[in-house]
Amino acid sequence: MSKYLLIESRDPYESGDGDFIPSLAAQLTAKGKEVTILLVQNGVLPARTNAERGKLSQALEAGVTVLADSFSLRERGIGDSDIAPTIRPVQLDVVIDAMADGIKTIWH
Amino acid sequence: MKALQIVESAYRGTIEEQDDTIIWLSHAMKGAGADLTVALRGNAVNYAVKGQSAAGLAFGEWQQTQAPDIEHDLTSLMGKGVKIYVMEADLASRGISRDKVVDGVDLLSFDDFVDLIEESDRIWHW
Amino acid sequence: MADKPTLTFAFMDPPYETGRTATFFRMLDISARRGYHIKVFAYEGAVALPFSLQKAHANSVHGRDAAEENHPLPKDWVASLMAEAEKNGGSLNWVNCGLCVDERGVNAAIDGVSRGSPSDFWKLAAASENSLVIPTR
Repeated sequence: MSKYLLIESRDPYESGDGDFIPSLAAQLTAKGKEVTILLVQNGVLPARTNAERGKLSQALEAGVTVLADSFSLRERGIGDSDIAPTIRPVQLDVVIDAMADGIKTIWH
Repeated sequence: MKALQIVESAYRGTIEEQDDTIIWLSHAMKGAGADLTVALRGNAVNYAVKGQSAAGLAFGEWQQTQAPDIEHDLTSLMGKGVKIYVMEADLASRGISRDKVVDGVDLLSFDDFVDLIEESDRIWHW
Repeated sequence: MADKPTLTFAFMDPPYETGRTATFFRMLDISARRGYHIKVFAYEGAVALPFSLQKAHANSVHGRDAAEENHPLPKDWVASLMAEAEKNGGSLNWVNCGLCVDERGVNAAIDGVSRGSPSDFWKLAAASENSLVIPTR
């Protein structure tokens, strides 16, 4: 089964293209693919519990795994208690793990 | 290895580079034997519009003699056997009608775009 | 022991302009510590990252002299990661797009950086287990 790691570096507040990665993730999941979104840089801004997440919420509901880079979270003062329970902080190693495992990795 | 070049960034440095550097890179990679497909999305769908012209730019005495010609670059890339698609929904949201699109460039629905991603070994989003 | 994987990255941003640079180097660091074989195709502005004439400066706003400020120079990051990869049995092969270097006048690169052509990205990627493009905006 095809696996995907979609790296989202853009936030939905400033970017006019905030729907692309969640939409792609949801569509791939609907086609039976295993999809993970990794939020990095300003892409972690929607990770706060009370943040407006737009289509990212729909991707979560569709069964997409959403991770957030721990360094990016810490850099922005987003502590463990601030993060939505559906989004998991991780080390950036997940990118290299994915690439080494041959997982299709796309940066947005 | 089949690679999908997704081009989103548009008119970024195209004047001083006299090219879109990713379309240009695609030409170079094709020359090296690459198996490429190009999908234009976001603002880059405008690259598929007929009649673009950046000619005539001058700064003081300096005059640009080789303005970027992205329409031509897409046509010649297709001439080398590279299939080029443009995202239908992104054209529509920008009010670009089908008759404005360069001949040979095919429209792509989001569903077909996802299939294209699935068929490609590498997906490079620029 | 299985061979370590070869990963190719294409990067485009010049130094000091975007958060993507630090994230990119973090990925290279992880790969280097694992002893992977890393190929970097530096395109457009990224060819300035290993420019050998980068110079650190003081920070008067914070009252720090040049030594205290220890201002990051990406060329040092590149050199450090080349050494780190090698120390762990891997490698970091940094290829600057030659035309991009010429038009920017950043021909003086640190030792170990090679000059290539745009078709090299395809060749590097084709010879790797996987590749990642980090575009500029």
